[in-house]
Amino acid sequence: MKSLTEAELHTYIDGALSESARAEIETWLASHPEDAERLRAYAEQNALLRSFYSPVLDEPVPAALLAVRPRVWRRYAAAAAIFALGIGLGWMIRGMFITPQILPVSLARLAATAHVVYSPEVRHPVEVAASEEEHLVGWLSKRLGTTLKAPKLAPLGYELVGGRLLSGPQGPVAHFMYQDGRGQRLTLYVSRQRGEPRDTAFRFSQEDRVSVFYWVDGNFGYALSGEIKREQLLQVAEVVYKQLNP
Amino acid sequence: MDRRLIIEHIPRLRRYARALVGDRYVADDLVQDTLERAWNKFYLWRPGSDLRAWLFTIMHNVFVNQARRRRYEIEQAMDELPAIAVRATQGEQLELQDVDRVLRSLPVEQREVVLLVAVEQLTYEEVSCALDIPIGTVMSRLSRARERMRQLLGGQAVMPLKVVK
Repeated sequence: MKSLTEAELHTYIDGALSESARAEIETWLASHPEDAERLRAYAEQNALLRSFYSPVLDEPVPAALLAVRPRVWRRYAAAAAIFALGIGLGWMIRGMFITPQILPVSLARLAATAHVVYSPEVRHPVEVAASEEEHLVGWLSKRLGTTLKAPKLAPLGYELVGGRLLSGPQGPVAHFMYQDGRGQRLTLYVSRQRGEPRDTAFRFSQEDRVSVFYWVDGNFGYALSGEIKREQLLQVAEVVYKQLNP
Repeated sequence: MDRRLIIEHIPRLRRYARALVGDRYVADDLVQDTLERAWNKFYLWRPGSDLRAWLFTIMHNVFVNQARRRRYEIEQAMDELPAIAVRATQGEQLELQDVDRVLRSLPVEQREVVLLVAVEQLTYEEVSCALDIPIGTVMSRLSRARERMRQLLGGQAVMPLKVVK
């Protein structure tokens, strides 16, 4: 009997063998109990791995994954680049050391937390009120080291309340707050992202009662939070995105 | 372009990603990045060819790029893994969890091959295509991975392996 290769033995448990090949391997195994035992163990591994991971197939697919669409925003990439270019600090930090990148998921969580903390404030929801918008935007721009804008959401019924400076894991964070006629508040969280500049599409996260749309554009992460329905928030998020990337 | 074509593969992409990276949220981020990339490169897919294998290829590339960026984190995670064999003696549930821990202790190149063959049931040729490695490399990684898992799961004595070329 010709000696079987390791690869041939593996084909026995991974399927797609002709009858004759199968018979040949079985003859071999009958006289090589160690190989037979090994293959039995490998086949058992297959079964264990499948039963451990296959329940994922029955989980409902998160809406965020179903919502992924071809990106039409590439045309804004040039404009986004201007946003990313007005940066001195970023260039100095770039490449100096490897830092674990903050995951967009945690961006959503941080933003939702900030939303929950500040949006119920009645007397001090913001540090600098919208009446001093120019000062607010100038101040936050200086602290983040880029040129920020407070998006104009009045056409959607949301007026700027003001903003504040927060501390995030990546340094200063700009936090803008908006409010509609019924007192419903939205917050926009803007933070610098470490690591290589990159772009992502919109992502959605539900953090308890707070809905968050977030995205990374170059060196900055953006998260828009509100306790409103996903579709309504998306509408606002799209306007915010377009205004930041004219 | 038919969205359903890609959407019907999402559950399997999620299963593979979950097994590959472990954490549910990190895995879904990987799937999301994969889907975004697939959409943007959909024009490169040849209709009639295996869409699923093509999606696994994209996921592999996204994963490798992310891993390169996040090497530090991954190395840290690897340090926390148990180096000793786990004996499954307390029923099936324990064995199931052991298989996850043992899989996670494999080098990531071996983990990918094992998962694509054993769980996703791709053929060796498809794995070779998806990971862009020669089929001989697929076989040697598979063989090493399975033997290492067998030792860790069963606490077996090390058995010398035939060289696979």
